Amino acid sequence: MQKNKLNLDFGLVAEARQSAARIAADIQPFIDQHSSVTVERTVARLLGIDGIDELERPLPNIMIEAIKKEGGLPLGAAYWIGRAMLATGKTPQEIAEGVAAGEIELAKLPEKSVEDIQAAVNKVAVKTVERIRANRAHREDFIKNVGEGPKPYLYVIVATGNIYEDVLQAQAAARQGADVIAVIRTTAQSLLDYVPYGPTTEGFGGTYATQENFRIMRRALDEVGNEVGRYIRLCNYCSGLCMPEIAAMGALERLDVMLNDALYGILFRDINMQRTLVDQYFSRIINGFAGIIINTGEDNYLTTADAVEEAHTVLASQFINEQFALRAGLPEEQMGLGHAFEMNPNLKDGFLLELSQAQMARDIFPKAPLKYMPPTKFMNGNIFKGHVQDALFNMVSIMTNQGIQLLGMLTEAIHTPLLQDRALSIENARYIFNNMRSISDEIEFKEGGMIQSRAQAVLADAAAMLKDIEQEGIMSTIEKGKFAGVKRPMNGGKGLDGVVVKDALYFNPFIELMLGKEGE
Amino acid sequence: MSADGRSTTSTTAHSTIDLTKIKPYGDTLNDGMMQFSFTLPVPYSDEAREAARLYLLKMGVDEPQISHYEDLGVGYTFFVCYGKGTHTVDFTKIEVPKVDVEVMDKYGVEDYIKENIKRPVVIVGACTGTDAHTVGIDAIMNMKGYDGHYGLERYEGIEAYNLGSQMPNEEFLAKAIELNADAVIVSQVVTQKDVHIPNLTNLIELIEAEGLRDKLVVVAGGPRISHELAKEIGYDAGFSTGTYAEHVATFVVTQMVQRGLV
Repeated sequence: MQKNKLNLDFGLVAEARQSAARIAADIQPFIDQHSSVTVERTVARLLGIDGIDELERPLPNIMIEAIKKEGGLPLGAAYWIGRAMLATGKTPQEIAEGVAAGEIELAKLPEKSVEDIQAAVNKVAVKTVERIRANRAHREDFIKNVGEGPKPYLYVIVATGNIYEDVLQAQAAARQGADVIAVIRTTAQSLLDYVPYGPTTEGFGGTYATQENFRIMRRALDEVGNEVGRYIRLCNYCSGLCMPEIAAMGALERLDVMLNDALYGILFRDINMQRTLVDQYFSRIINGFAGIIINTGEDNYLTTADAVEEAHTVLASQFINEQFALRAGLPEEQMGLGHAFEMNPNLKDGFLLELSQAQMARDIFPKAPLKYMPPTKFMNGNIFKGHVQDALFNMVSIMTNQGIQLLGMLTEAIHTPLLQDRALSIENARYIFNNMRSISDEIEFKEGGMIQSRAQAVLADAAAMLKDIEQEGIMSTIEKGKFAGVKRPMNGGKGLDGVVVKDALYFNPFIELMLGKEGE
Repeated sequence: MSADGRSTTSTTAHSTIDLTKIKPYGDTLNDGMMQFSFTLPVPYSDEAREAARLYLLKMGVDEPQISHYEDLGVGYTFFVCYGKGTHTVDFTKIEVPKVDVEVMDKYGVEDYIKENIKRPVVIVGACTGTDAHTVGIDAIMNMKGYDGHYGLERYEGIEAYNLGSQMPNEEFLAKAIELNADAVIVSQVVTQKDVHIPNLTNLIELIEAEGLRDKLVVVAGGPRISHELAKEIGYDAGFSTGTYAEHVATFVVTQMVQRGLV
């Protein structure tokens, strides 16, 4: 039974949700009519194409560039790969190697009927889908047989740049009590229009997301998870110019959590909005099917905009992210909607406002494993005060039953976490979560008090904003800078030249396979 | 030593400080008291504890005390320690290069522009290179500013353009030229492996190659940017943690007047 601690108007919540649903529905025809180079590279990857040529160019890129050069992209990668399979009798990987070596010219191969092509491709696609389904079952079995930590899951980052050093730090963190390990990506990977290959040991402020790095970390976390008796979740970043490719790699290597926001790349990485909207859809279909929890990036709004004044934009965006996710077959239980503890610590009664907003998110999205982000903007190198700020943040989390607690580090704003920083931060959270474990059951908020009123006001503003967006359309809203105070033009930003209008004969076997089988 | 410190009253305690030989203060002048926390890559044990103690002794720390130590889970041990520093520093000989202007507040800057420049001042900023962290440039430039200090966008008489993050230096400069900028300000937050140095150097070289060095006020900022470092690379000023928009604005407008760029 859901309690309404904040006395929220659930009629207004339903209205807001309907506005968000119409906003998402409004843009869906656009998404359905378009594909992108990374969506097609993802299809290639899921059909088994991997590896690099002697210039370290990924074969999926070589393949899609070859198709694009011939003007064949509107038909989709699956069409060309399937046709080549029928014409040559080779596997997709062999075909890609042939294309890379200049031995196969896709457009010069004999034409085949679309039905035959689809049948050939489907045979391969089904195998991949089965592999991902097995990964999902493996995760569920592990959790059933070995166990998992209680919520809020303790989420920490590793960011050494070297995957092997990351493994050491991640295993240490798991032994200290962490439940989720996020391997921060190297700075600027989000702007690469390809995914690097193989194990990597060099990165700035993070480690390259590669399929091999995923595999290495997965193995390490399973090992330590067995040892500590808890499934340790692995998180990476499904954002930037390769959203669906990272999703595919994560699904194949059994990642558990992915940063995956419908709007984040547009606002904060200046990636073209058409590209992002198309890419996020397929990436979320994959994440949904793979049982991966997505984390949305609303918390970032508050690093650029004011956390008190702009709280309603976070809630509005959560509603929109929820609807985009539902459209991609992603159930609420996998929606780690984001929000953050980012108010100025000098604000009188700021803690009450944070508590109010965290409870509000909990009540409005009761099934979602909400991802709660720690203070960053007002962390300034005073590690002693910072540790206290993180303690207040942890208190709000346990008082409002958040799902995923991204732990604050006392050394935020100084350096990426040292081994000892992470240990102190885990100790802080474990102390508070244990010492206050049942407090949320004991709390009720004063009727008409500051906490209730704050949440009601934020909800009203969010609902009004969603109504506006519904009138305006999502693209135009972003153009006008209504989220995070950031303006992005329809045709601006990176990656627009990778967007393509689909042909009537276009097909992507995975959309149907993954959406159709959802919920099994 | 400590006996001397205690023997004087608090009002006269200051007179006993020998500024040519200062050392840390715990609760008694010249007690040298310092706190440490660090990790050693050895398993939690009595031997690890002794290793930490020896390490502090080697650092010139007297009477090291290990107040807390714990296992970090991978055969490494974390320590919290106290000890008495033995080294001293001559405070009277210290010289730190600083941005040498009296900081005006927002209204002061606005009046200064009206009186001395008499036209809008164009300031173009970005987080250039691969850096994706806009928190610094946003704090200085965005309307809202940071911690109650309005950003440059809100200043009357200043046209501020925040070009965001991961802006290639070439594009950044092209935009500055297009906007007829009076000043360019660059934020660098990610400084792992010193990536900010070549990036900042590259920008200044581009500006020089365009023959614009004399016509532009060029400023860098970030947690690990000091004025000294910025000057060394060829910038007019460098600002570090604790900087607000008014610091940058004051510097830019006074530079413009001093250098006759009005």
